[in-house]
Amino acid sequence: MSMIEFHDVEKYYGDFHALKNINLTIDKGEVVVIIGPSGSGKSTVLRSINGLNTISSGQLIVNNRDLADKKTDMNKIRRDVGMVFQHFNLYANKTVLENITLGPQLVLKQSKAQSQKEAMALLEQVGLADKAQSYPRMLSGGQKQRVAIARSLAMKPQALLFDEPTSALDPEMIGDVLDVMKKVAEDGMTMVVVTHEMGFAREVANRLIFMADGEVLEDSDTKSFFEHPKEERARQFLSKIINH
Amino acid sequence: MLNILTQHWSDLWSGLLFTLGSSLVALVGSLVIGTVFALLEISPYKALRVIGKIYVEVFRNIPLLVITMFFYVVIPMYIAKVNGFTSGTIGLTIYTSAFIAETVRAGIEAVDEGQMEAARSNGLSYLQAMTHIIFPQAIKITIPPLGNQFINLVKNSSVLAFVAGFDLMYQGNLIVSTTFNTTDTYIVIGLLYLVLTLPLSYFMRYLEKRWA
Ligand SMILES: Nc1ncnc2c1ncn2[C@@H]1O[C@H](COP(=O)(O)OP(=O)(O)OP(=O)(O)O)[C@@H](O)[C@H]1O
Ligand SMILES: [Mg+2]
Repeated sequence: MSMIEFHDVEKYYGDFHALKNINLTIDKGEVVVIIGPSGSGKSTVLRSINGLNTISSGQLIVNNRDLADKKTDMNKIRRDVGMVFQHFNLYANKTVLENITLGPQLVLKQSKAQSQKEAMALLEQVGLADKAQSYPRMLSGGQKQRVAIARSLAMKPQALLFDEPTSALDPEMIGDVLDVMKKVAEDGMTMVVVTHEMGFAREVANRLIFMADGEVLEDSDTKSFFEHPKEERARQFLSKIINH
Repeated sequence: MLNILTQHWSDLWSGLLFTLGSSLVALVGSLVIGTVFALLEISPYKALRVIGKIYVEVFRNIPLLVITMFFYVVIPMYIAKVNGFTSGTIGLTIYTSAFIAETVRAGIEAVDEGQMEAARSNGLSYLQAMTHIIFPQAIKITIPPLGNQFINLVKNSSVLAFVAGFDLMYQGNLIVSTTFNTTDTYIVIGLLYLVLTLPLSYFMRYLEKRWA
């Protein structure tokens, strides 16, 4: 069962050709890691999946709905596909608890009591129950990102997108966030993760996708990607980020 | 100076009330209208953005007195008579709303765009994201410049004097025309404006601190 399908997708920003003939299928329950140099189109792929960007041509199907179809309710797509950002983007005017309960209350129409109960359970899970009443500005980067993941999980999504979730973190914070992501993956979540954390990729990902200049140059299962990447550019890129 | 105050107290008091009344109506009106046009200016729809932009550019760049005279003189020729107080207050509202629209728009745009993206990714509609996330943050940013607009508004209400609007400035001119005591009269009028604007200015500063 596929969760996300790209068919001949092209994306232009004005004259700039950002995605070139993208064909991808991501199945339910799969964990896919996307890597590639800066500007290769990784964020554009993720942002297209939940409609933060619109594609220029081709077909993009998420959860069996064609995003180009006028009848597709984008709010519903976004409810089913959560996103975790590099810079966390926690609601600055809300407490940690409110950050997590807002979506369930407004969108899923959960009662306040129910949403708070579930939010507390999620905070427990990411190890931040004691921060429920704090404001985001009082948290460290790693804590913010764990709250952001809890906020996404509270919507009970079918898939989660992660755009470089650990790139803005101090090294000692990265492990905690990756541990939370690992647990989410073990629970069977469909995940598309843009990251250069190759340890995480090796351990958790089913597949790796290497992008460059707006194209998917390689799409292989994790083991073969690490052992014998087909593409010369993928091999060079891999050795560069692993030796770092 | 005390003479002016004591002998013309009832005229001055009435002028103060007219100025206060016009300012209050225009303040609420321009805040509502300005916010609506700010929302149009940042709307995802081009047509709405164009409407917002035109409104702001037109009324921000025409003198207040011209807008007011339009309602005082031109509208009565075609539609219905408008008295001085009303036409001055309408002019003041429209004129100020264009500045408030710009202030509110700048406040909304100063909120990190990641906030809107996160809210939309979280399943919130555009309107829900605006009301729950963007607006509350924009208000904080907007309060200091909004305070300036409100103070300008109170001072600009002296436009009523040109259209027989019975405000402070109008009463001042009347007093001068009978007493010829220009110095004392205009000092008193200036002080009475301060009675209105200084508390307003302190109130805005208080809000700024409370929400910071
Ligand atoms: N809104 C935009 N307008 C114009 N060009 C854009 C826009 N967003 C992205 N681009 C361009 O599209 C290309 C792909 O951008 P994208 O953000 O998807 O790359 P990326 O692989 O995520 O890079 P990074 O690793 O730096 O995050 C880049 O060259 C970028 O400059
Ligand atoms: Mg990116």
